[in-house]
Parts: sequence; structure tokens; C-alpha cells
Amino acid sequence: MSNTHADTVLFVRDTMLPQKNPPSTSVGAVGWARENLFAGWGNTILTLLAFAVVYYLLAGILPWLISPTFGAESLTECREILAAKGVGSHGGACWGVISERWKQLLFGFYPAEAYWRPILTFVLLFVAISPVLFADYVTPKLLWFTALFPFLAVWLLWGGSLWTPVTVLAGFVVGAVFLSMGSKIGGAIVGVIAAILGAVLWWAVAAAPLASGLSSVVEIGLLPVESRDFGGFLLAITLGVTAIFGSLPLGIILALGRRSDLLLVKSLCVGFIEFIRGVPLITLLFVASTLLNIFLPPGTNFDIILRVMIMMTLFAAAYMAEVIRGGLAALPTGQYEAADALGLDYWKAQRLIIMPQALKISIPGIVSTFIGVFKDTTLVSIISLFDPLGLANAIRADGAWTGIYWELFIFIGVVFFIFCFSMSRYSMYLERKLQTGHH
Amino acid sequence: MSDLATQREIDRTKMQVSDEIAIEIVNMNKWYGTFHVLRDINLTVNRGERIVIAGPSGSGKSTLIRCINRLEEHQQGKIVVDGTELTSDLKNIDKIRSEVGMCFQHFNLFPHLTILENCTLAPIWVRKTPKKEAVETAMHFLEKVKIPDQANKYPGQLSGGQQQRVAIARSLCMKPRIMLFDEPTSALDPEMIKEVLDTMIELAEEGMTMLCVTHEMGFARQVANRVIFMDQGQIVEQNEPEEFFNNPQSERTKLFLSQILGH
Ligand SMILES: Nc1ncnc2c1ncn2[C@@H]1O[C@H](COP(=O)(O)OP(=O)(O)O)[C@@H](O)[C@H]1O
Ligand SMILES: [Mg+2]
Repeated sequence: MSNTHADTVLFVRDTMLPQKNPPSTSVGAVGWARENLFAGWGNTILTLLAFAVVYYLLAGILPWLISPTFGAESLTECREILAAKGVGSHGGACWGVISERWKQLLFGFYPAEAYWRPILTFVLLFVAISPVLFADYVTPKLLWFTALFPFLAVWLLWGGSLWTPVTVLAGFVVGAVFLSMGSKIGGAIVGVIAAILGAVLWWAVAAAPLASGLSSVVEIGLLPVESRDFGGFLLAITLGVTAIFGSLPLGIILALGRRSDLLLVKSLCVGFIEFIRGVPLITLLFVASTLLNIFLPPGTNFDIILRVMIMMTLFAAAYMAEVIRGGLAALPTGQYEAADALGLDYWKAQRLIIMPQALKISIPGIVSTFIGVFKDTTLVSIISLFDPLGLANAIRADGAWTGIYWELFIFIGVVFFIFCFSMSRYSMYLERKLQTGHH
Repeated sequence: MSDLATQREIDRTKMQVSDEIAIEIVNMNKWYGTFHVLRDINLTVNRGERIVIAGPSGSGKSTLIRCINRLEEHQQGKIVVDGTELTSDLKNIDKIRSEVGMCFQHFNLFPHLTILENCTLAPIWVRKTPKKEAVETAMHFLEKVKIPDQANKYPGQLSGGQQQRVAIARSLCMKPRIMLFDEPTSALDPEMIKEVLDTMIELAEEGMTMLCVTHEMGFARQVANRVIFMDQGQIVEQNEPEEFFNNPQSERTKLFLSQILGH
């Protein structure tokens, strides 16, 4: 083509005309406003109307929000301050409750001298998830820390002897050793069974005596904190983060199980998903808080937060499974066939080919589920755990703050919004990053 | 359609058929539910043979070659590939799949991986090749299919012809002894068909055992040493290309050829 082109085209321009600037009305702030706000009569009227509504709303809310009541020590004092300012005793917010109680809203009844522990855990949480969230920038070596983090977090939050999490962790090492020995002797299945048996046996028999033995030799421990004392956002985040990070792997397994050819696996997964989705979370929480005690042998001390964590994780996992199943169903069968044809076995194909694509398709749904789970943690106030909303009620029970609603709810709402909005922004970043096609 | 194959002389020095048997299919039958899709298939392919499978749509061509690497399961008869019989034993299936390469009509590249990663994935994870070596092999084959400069792009950024050549390179990276092609050019625009056929012809010149489902009769004439005609799940006729085109035996073959060659 190209040589015939040169033969037939007689004139080829080799100098370009200088470009003219576009008219000023189409660039810059003026151009933008013209195009987006004042394009045509109808548009202009709507814009002005919208401005009027926004002004009206702000004029109503802002004076209420900007209220010099941070120092007040009770609702009555707030009213006095406001009345003295001449805006009427109900004309402004009473921020005194927040400045007095914000620590409680964040930490519940956690001992104040140990506040550094949840804060450190929270900071370390970000270190732990950074190699997962920002794989491009963070070295994968940090994944070791990610694996250790749950144990560290439990120790930091609940305190007690360091040896307890260490001996529990050692159970996994025992499992790994049994796995490699078992697989060498009798193949993969024997290995897995040996690993599970070994680890469970370790936890049941060896872990507790070893931990107490070790602590009698070297005592390293933190002040123990009861689950009852957890509250506020500390509780919401502890529950939310566990449910979020527990539900994803569990959801993947359930989704795969639901698509499995093995009838038993499939029916178990379908049954589980449909049961959990068919029951309100509150019911499950009641089961966790009361009914479970009936089934457990008397005297067992099964931590209430742990029970709620398990229920919330299972609940989230059922929804997660369906979201991921949607992603799996959207993949063309050609992807499975290509993976098979290249000789990848089922698990490798899932891990390298199917899941990365299915999860990418499901990101919006996954993050919606995450956000939903995080907000659902407020439901634990029903079973008298002090989540932020439960605490708000408790604060109101104090005579000084009886009758205060908006200020507490606004504070709680803003903190929830910050978390949920960050998750949403992150998911958009991830979607952009994983965008590979240019169709 | 015949003019789409290469005009250049084909180097036949390495295109020899040995006595060694690559694929042996004996009395194979397959059903989809109650639908009898393959009937009494008997086919022996020697090492180095280049076989073109033709036939009307729905005649079972895809099903036949997909049975060879167990993308479909046959219910009766025997399929032996490279001396290993295909049974439900997963070890055999994995072994055969890593020996047999396959190219699909719709390429089926992995869209979330770069071209290079597409090519190194199976060698690294299935063959346990060290990464460096896998990359070298991949670049070698990408050069062979003439797209080394696209190695770091994603499949979605390539044209159809380029994608199909990557798919061929991806299969070749596993160093297969047999290649299966299922209508590799039928999803392509005419101007891209030639580049893919060129790649396939080069492969044939190197003595690769190939089974190609295709309607590119020019390719069949130039490269194949046997053309198989299928209809309604049966092998109706098979012959050398010259004989097959000039002197078809059955009525069905004649009808098919007259349609496809446009006489
Ligand atoms: N998964 C399947 N389930 C049921 N019928 C199928 C399936 N795949 C193909 N068939 C049917 O089997 C026949 C042969 O299909 P195929 O091998 O794809 O034909 P060809 O490749 O020759 O066009 C067709 O009639 C098709 O409808
Ligand atoms: Mg077909």
C-alpha cells in the first residue's frame, strides 16, 4: 500500500499550520460553567434553582453546626451558652458531648491507660494489608507480617500472656510439619488429614499447658482486657475487619463449592448460602448471644465477641459467595478451556486464571458487601454490646446528656462515612488499575 | 479462499511422516445426552502428519479434536495419545494436556495477563521451568510469530490476527509434540487470516504433528498430507489433498466441496 501511495499522491504537506487557540468561552472556568451550568434557558433556571436550594439548606444547617459549645459539660450548660448568645436554647448544636465523650465513642470502656494498644493495632492493620491493597508499591515480603498480624492483633487488643498467641501460632507450624510429612508418606489427602489432626491435637492438649509453663518461666504479658469492655468504633472495626477479611476467602470457597460437580459439596454450599441469606442477621446475632449457650457444654466460656465475629463472618460470606459466583458466571468458558488445554490443574487454573478475573469483575459487589457488613456491625447493640449506637444510648442515659441525639449521630455518621467512602474510593482505584483492555 | 495461503515455496525437507504413532483413536463414540455426536471414529495419526479436518458446521469436528485433549470426554472406544491412553485418570489427562497444544477459534488468551505472562504461565506453573528460562523461551516463540515488540501489552490491545499468533506462541512455549487447531482463522478479518496461516505453515515446515479444523482449502492443499471429511459425526472420507479435491468419492463430500470452493 505505502509505495503505491507515494506514487499516486502528488502533494504531501510537510509543514503544519500553527494552531489557533480555542475561543475563550469554551475553556477555563467560564467555559466550563457555560457548558455545564448555563447551557440554554432550561438549564440556567435549573442551575439557579439548585443554588437556591443549596443556599437554603446550608443557611439552615451551618449556624446550627457552628456552635461554641465545645466546653459545655452538660446539655443544660449548652442551652445556657446558646441562650446567652441569643440564638435560643435550641438554636445550636451541643458539641460538649462529643468533646467529653469522643474517647468513649471510639474505644468503649477500654481502659484509658491502654488506648495505645488499639491505636497501634489499627496502624499495624494498615501495614498488614498494604501488601494486599497496594501490591505495586509494597514488597511482598511484608505478607509474612500480614500472616502474623491476626495473632498480634488479638494479643494487643485482649492482652494477657504473649505465650497464648505464640502457642496457638505454633499449632499452625505443627500442622505444616505434619502436612509435609504426611504428604511424603501417603499423598496429599493423608497430608491434609494429618495436618488437621496434628494441629487440633496440639491446640487441645499441648497449647494451654505449654503457654502457662512458659509464662511461669518468662512472664511477658499485657494487662488483660475483657470483651465486655470493648465498645464504640473499636468494637465496630474489630468486628467489621474480621468479618470482611474472613468472608472473602470463605465466600470464594463457597462460590467454588456451589459450582462444583461433586453433589455433596454442592448441596452443602447451596444449603449454607441459602440458609444464611434467608435469615435476618439479627436472628443470627441472637443465636450467637443466647441460644448457643444452650448447645455448648455448661461452663464453657465462649467469648461473646468471638461468637459475634463468627456469625458476622458467616453472614457476610454467604453474600460474598453469591457476588463472586456472579463474577465466575460472567467469565467465558473459553478461559476454563484454555487453562485446561495448557495443563493447569483445577486449583492452579482457579488461582491464576479464573479468580483474578472473576474477582475483578466482582469488585463493585464485593466492596458493597464489605461496606454493608461494616455498617451492620451496629446491629450488635441489639444483643447489648456497645457498638457506637449502643454507646450513644448509654451516653444519653447519663443525666447530664439526657435528650441529646443529633450531635452523637452526626459524629458516628461522619466516622462511618469516612471508612465506607474510603473503601469505595479504593475499589474505584483498584478497578482503574486492573483495567487492561482497550476495546 | 485458496488464494489466501502463502504464495511462497514450502520447504518440505523436514515435513516427513514417521512410522511412529502419535494419536490412535479406535471405535470412539460420544454422546451429548442422547445426541450421538461422534460415531465409530477410527483415526490413526503418525508423528509429523498434518491433517486437515473439514465438514459442515455441526458435524462434530470440534468435538473430535476436543476429545483428543479431554476437553470433552468420550464414552466408548479408545483414544491413545503419545502412548498414553485417555481415561478418567487425572495424571494421564494432565500429562497429555501438557504434550498437546491447542488453539481456539476465539484465541482464549488470558486478558488479565500480558502477552509475555500468557506465554510463561503454563511453563512456570505446569512444567516448573525457572522464570528466566520461561521468559527466554516465550520471547523466542514470540519472535517466531513476529510479535516480540508486543510482549508487554495486554491481549485487549492487539488485533485479532496478533492475538491468534500469541495463542499459537503460548501453546508452543509448552513444547508440545502435537498441535490442535479449531478453526483458528474463522473469527478473523480476511487480511489477518494470512498472517496466522503463515505461522501455521512455518510450524508444519518444522515437522510438527498438526490436526487442523479449517475451511482454508488453500492451506489444506499446500500443507496437509491428509484431508478428513466429517459429516453427522462420522468420518465420511479421507484422502491426500490432491485426490480429495480433484476426485472426491462420496456425494456428501462433492456437495460440500462445491459449496465451499464456490463452484
Ligand atoms: N456441550 C454440548 N452439549 C450438547 N450438544 C453439543 C455440545 N457441543 C456441541 N454440541 C452439538 O454437537 C454437534 C457437533 O458440534 P461441534 O463438534 O461443535 O461441530 P463442528 O465443530 O463440526 O461445527 C452440534 O450439533 C452441536 O450442536
Ligand atoms: Mg466447531
